[in-house]
Amino acid sequence: MIQTFFNVEIIAAAWPIVLSGLLNTVLLSLIVVPLGLFGGLILALLASVKSPWVRWPLMAWVDFFRAFPPLVLLILLFAGLPFAGLELGGFACVAIAFFLNTGSYYGEIFRAGIESVPQGQVEAGRSTGLSRLQAMGYIVLPQAVRNVLPDLLSNTLEVVKLTSLGSVVAVPELLYQARQAQSLTYNPTPIVVAAVIYFLMLWPLVRLLSRLENRALAGRR
Amino acid sequence: MTPQPIVDARAIHKHFGALHVLKGVDLKVAERELVFVIGPSGSGKSTLLRCLNRLEEPSSGSIVVDGIDMLDPRTDINHARQRIGMVFQSFNLYPHMTALGNVTLALRKVAGKSRAEADALGHAALERVGLADRAEHTPGQLSGGQQQRVAIARSIALEPRVMLFDEPTSALDPELVGSVLAVMRSLRESGMTMIVVSHEMGFARNAADRVVFMDDGLIVEQGPPAAIFETPAHERTRAFIGQIQRH
Amino acid sequence: MTTWERFLDTFFNGKVMLKYLPDILSGMVVTIELALLIVFSGLAAGLALALIRSLAIRPLNWLIIFIVDLFRSLPPLVIIVLMYFGLPYAEVSPSGFVSTWLSLALVLMAFSEEIFWAGITSVHKGQWEASRSTGLSFGQTLMNVVLPQALRLTIPPLTNRTIAITKGTALGTVVAVTEILGEASSAVSNSYNPSPLMMGAAAYLVLFLPVVVLARRLEKRFAWKR
Repeated sequence: MIQTFFNVEIIAAAWPIVLSGLLNTVLLSLIVVPLGLFGGLILALLASVKSPWVRWPLMAWVDFFRAFPPLVLLILLFAGLPFAGLELGGFACVAIAFFLNTGSYYGEIFRAGIESVPQGQVEAGRSTGLSRLQAMGYIVLPQAVRNVLPDLLSNTLEVVKLTSLGSVVAVPELLYQARQAQSLTYNPTPIVVAAVIYFLMLWPLVRLLSRLENRALAGRR
Repeated sequence: MTPQPIVDARAIHKHFGALHVLKGVDLKVAERELVFVIGPSGSGKSTLLRCLNRLEEPSSGSIVVDGIDMLDPRTDINHARQRIGMVFQSFNLYPHMTALGNVTLALRKVAGKSRAEADALGHAALERVGLADRAEHTPGQLSGGQQQRVAIARSIALEPRVMLFDEPTSALDPELVGSVLAVMRSLRESGMTMIVVSHEMGFARNAADRVVFMDDGLIVEQGPPAAIFETPAHERTRAFIGQIQRH
Repeated sequence: MTTWERFLDTFFNGKVMLKYLPDILSGMVVTIELALLIVFSGLAAGLALALIRSLAIRPLNWLIIFIVDLFRSLPPLVIIVLMYFGLPYAEVSPSGFVSTWLSLALVLMAFSEEIFWAGITSVHKGQWEASRSTGLSFGQTLMNVVLPQALRLTIPPLTNRTIAITKGTALGTVVAVTEILGEASSAVSNSYNPSPLMMGAAAYLVLFLPVVVLARRLEKRFAWKR
């Protein structure tokens, strides 16, 4: 069994391929997480505009992407756009799809965070002469982020895991490279190794999250 | 005191880790007696009460309630607890149920009554605490005093032989205390055996048969209310009562 | 032909759409089957684990925590691929459907256990004491007093998580499950036209948008009282 699923020779042979995949996963995460955060922040700031003309389309936008499986979005971009004469490549498609998908999730989280800060905070800031934007930036956002930090981290965990979808559009990230190595060696060890790497990489974050979430729920009785 | 006490606790010790909270407490309570337990916070009086129905496991000692050895592992503790009602400082009503639902849950699940039977008994119990018209209200729709009376109804519906009160009025606004004390007084008049931990000295003075003063995990002295309040034998009792009465 | 007409002809081609509509519909059925299986088995397993965890048996709880952490850390697609492409080497060959179902059910189990457990522990200790003092057993207290309160508390995070994981049924396409995306993709390569993909996208919206909107309402209704 160990010979089949955790074969040391195969690990040694596949290691360079798997390692290059890991590097690409990290790189991909470093691109899509900030991109999603940025998109989310913009959505949340727009949502703080009280006009229904802004709020309703925004809510529809967010719900649209919450209902849409990220893989479908990715395939739509990757396989659909070339028919419109637009060939973007896997990497760019992943970046755009994630910007749209995870941006919506981050947006909801930021919005909840902003709403959790009492109106009095803004009023206090404005009364000392800060502009609306300054009050948002210096007073509301820091508190909002602190209030929803567990949710932000949890979504970030999901985003990093989602980068594995890149394998479907031939982005050579960890899962893709592991599958390549598997088909070269006729052995499942590379996929097992990839799983172990994901686990070791993300376990600390999961532990941290489970503590934060337990505390948060306990405090909301 | 009658030869057969209904509550007979002997040499109760309780440790919480390194903390020695009860240091060998003996307490006998006769049928129909109302015993009032007073003492500074941290003296162990609440822990003693919670040991009597084994919400807290005593580290050593023996407890017999109504002929049942509470610490015997063969005792069906859930059955035994039906005979010992308990009222908590924070009411602890079930927020997802109506007042009637709170009162009838144990009747149905432990006493095995049908829903109709349980409802009839539940209504009767709510009637006794003066809340017959609040049966369908949820705890959130009731005042603190009303919530505590529902909690009392939840206990008396099971027709317990003894009732334990753990600071039943401490969480109430002053104007609501009276209604709860009135229910407790009527319970007393109906002949219920009661052990009350509370700071309501006025109630102790005119309703209690005996006042027990605890300090530092021990019973320092006990006697009729007049004796304890007017002529305490111990310096610590005197200091505590002096403090309470200055308030 | 104007650009707009060309666009319509490419992405919303009536003839192609009509031809592949039955395929997309059969894909929807598979997606619904898969989704229902995942939701029921995943939530049931998660609740069962949370209940076992409340018995506070040390070694068992460590095991539960490890399993939960494991399936929270691994990307669902990695689990699916491992089951579908890995298990055959051990002489077990689950179909793509079964691989997707089991993988996502395990992921939902892990996330929901965590949420159920947080809900159970957040019910005040006094609730346990009051119930036990009236003679209800541990199990009766858990079922009648604690769980109803815990479940109410867990509804908003649970619905969100369930939707997010159930959307993962689209991953089944990687292991040849003929759900919506799978049907749409093969229709695109057969017809050299992206219209089926647009239909597939619409099918997902038809299935999931009502659930998302419903979840938003539930969230408002069961919002935490801060």
